[in-house]
Amino acid sequence: MKKDIILAGVGGQGILTIATILGHAALKRGWQLKQAEVHGMSQRGGDVQSHLRLSDEEIHSDLITMGDADMILSVEPMESLRYLPYLHEEGWIITNSNPFKNIPNYPNEEDLYKAIKGIKNHLLFDADAIAKEIKANRSMNIVVLGAAIKQLGFSEEEISESIKAIFASKGETIVEANLRALVAGIKLSK
Amino acid sequence: MEKMMLLGDEALAQGALDAGISGFYGYPGTPSTEIIEYVQRSKQAIEDNIHRTWSSNEKTAMETALGMSYTGRRTMVTMKHVGLNVAADPFMNSAMTGSHGGLLIAVADDPSMHSSQNEQDSRFFGHFAMIPILEPSNQQECYDMAFYGFEISEKFHTPVMIRLTTRLSHSRSGVQRRSRISQNELSKPEDIFQFMLLPAVARKKYKNLIKMQKDFMADSANSPFNSFTMDAKDYSKGIIATGLAYNYLREAFGKDPIPYPVLKICQYPAPMDEIRQLYDKCDELYILEEGMPVLEEKLIGAGFAGTKPIHGRLDGSLERDGELNPNKVAAALGMPVKYGKDIPEIVTGRPPALCVGCPHADSFIALNKAVEEYGRGHVFSDIGCYTLGFMPPYNAINSCVDMGASVTMAKGAADSGLFPAIAVIGDSTFAHSGMTGLLDCIYDKSNVVIVILDNSTTGMTGGQDYTAFGKLEEICLGLGVEKEHIRSFFPFVKNHEEMTQVYKEEIAYEGVSVIIPRRECVQTMKRRNKKGSK
Repeated sequence: MKKDIILAGVGGQGILTIATILGHAALKRGWQLKQAEVHGMSQRGGDVQSHLRLSDEEIHSDLITMGDADMILSVEPMESLRYLPYLHEEGWIITNSNPFKNIPNYPNEEDLYKAIKGIKNHLLFDADAIAKEIKANRSMNIVVLGAAIKQLGFSEEEISESIKAIFASKGETIVEANLRALVAGIKLSK
Repeated sequence: MEKMMLLGDEALAQGALDAGISGFYGYPGTPSTEIIEYVQRSKQAIEDNIHRTWSSNEKTAMETALGMSYTGRRTMVTMKHVGLNVAADPFMNSAMTGSHGGLLIAVADDPSMHSSQNEQDSRFFGHFAMIPILEPSNQQECYDMAFYGFEISEKFHTPVMIRLTTRLSHSRSGVQRRSRISQNELSKPEDIFQFMLLPAVARKKYKNLIKMQKDFMADSANSPFNSFTMDAKDYSKGIIATGLAYNYLREAFGKDPIPYPVLKICQYPAPMDEIRQLYDKCDELYILEEGMPVLEEKLIGAGFAGTKPIHGRLDGSLERDGELNPNKVAAALGMPVKYGKDIPEIVTGRPPALCVGCPHADSFIALNKAVEEYGRGHVFSDIGCYTLGFMPPYNAINSCVDMGASVTMAKGAADSGLFPAIAVIGDSTFAHSGMTGLLDCIYDKSNVVIVILDNSTTGMTGGQDYTAFGKLEEICLGLGVEKEHIRSFFPFVKNHEEMTQVYKEEIAYEGVSVIIPRRECVQTMKRRNKKGSK
């Protein structure tokens, strides 16, 4: 079993937290993991991505082979499309629909949604609005993660455990908010 | 022991800690920064009081590490590839003196220039200095090579380079730790000539360094990190894969065994006997390297490729520039190349930008107003977040070359008659390499305005401390800038008029002016507030 996931977003949107949670859950299973991150200049409001590779066998490359990714998991709609060369035929795009506009020439949202809906397997939802609804404003990234775990073959229990372990030091309130976000995300999954 | 999930940088740091290091020295630079950042957070390092504060620049770091090695202790100096240019003088000469305590020079290259101004390959420098080079292919090797690096450094009394690249430095994976080795006791070098490079001594030492090359090569041939699989089904191709390229090669074949003989090289000098065997046995040679065609050029220079083709970055089998990936390696070997879908045309670039609320933005807006009447082309800049001032909407700066070059390029332009000639440099960059250039300006009474953007941190690399913090005015005064021409203001929207006025007054002054816009980086401030509220 192997899962190659591209995590996409804009610097500061919290994609590395998603990677940490998935990584934690994978390690609990005794899986191997490689996770390539973006540090440095690009983090300053630029597009960022992380290649997350989980497998029960040896993983060689830190980078995912183009055409091999099982999923693009994105916290921003335009960023979800930037990595299409990586996605295989049956792969999923799971993305937040709420745009992050920090450039003057940001494209028309409807055109972006159309392109996303053109991908066979996709989930498109406003994760920011959902996070707000459940009073977990800062857990948009966890809503996105929740929407993906079924396709990735993880159970709610596994991911809940990882969220508890990772956020424990930040206090009960933050753990609870993230668990609510996870459940809200799972409801979106197909 | 349970595996630790570590970045390549962190694995190297943890390895060095477990291998009995006494001190780390370095200056932040992507992708090397996380080595020392890790050590600064490490309980183990704090308990053992391992040296872990930042140096002013890579040259001072390299020299300090050499001093620690002189005392018999194990030490590591860390830097990015262009940092090695700054440290080149002590680096080259450390090969001549050799080491006493184990000395590792960890240099992180940035092929594809994710956060750099060039993609120079540090293996050239390692070969230039004629020292052994280790190039890990994964996080575990990063960890293990710290032990091994110290071992060969102490065995041969030579500094050893560890060459990392972005994808390994910044990729995380499981690392198995080993039992710890204790630090060396303090001891002076046995040979009083060892660190004395007077020409008469240096000539002898150079002959010795040349003689040692044979030993370095023999060590490479037996290295646990180099492997040679000569048994193969198909000898039409022979493959040499160095460092990370080895992973991409294995990835390209997936679960299938590689049908060709493969020489994996992660320690240099490259083992020439094995390469010769591979070359003689196969019809063609493929050389896969992350970075420049260092080995490829070496082999061609050594007379390979006379009768059989050598494929790599030089003949176009692989792109001449940029980092490798599994797709590029598969294509080079003539394997089918996978690809998803094209990126839709509506997707636009999202380049990095100054953060919302960044003090540099205010400094640039006011500066633009002050120099408006002279047109573009008067502002020299430097390496840091503020280099993003080149981008719209600021379009405020016109050069970015190397650490400190803003000050000295402005001086050269002023010497030539350009008016106004303005330098914009960050506070940490000024501490790194701006001070000596400012002294040149003072010495010549050059007509320059030096703007030191003080956000009180090393911002671009994520907010590290720096050595001149809180001392900028005193340093400028000490170097000889006149007190009334050292100006400071708080870069903020409300103050734009006042700021523009200060810029204008100092442009009008014929001599050396220093202007210090001072406001904390919004990122470090956010982090500090978070910590405070907990």
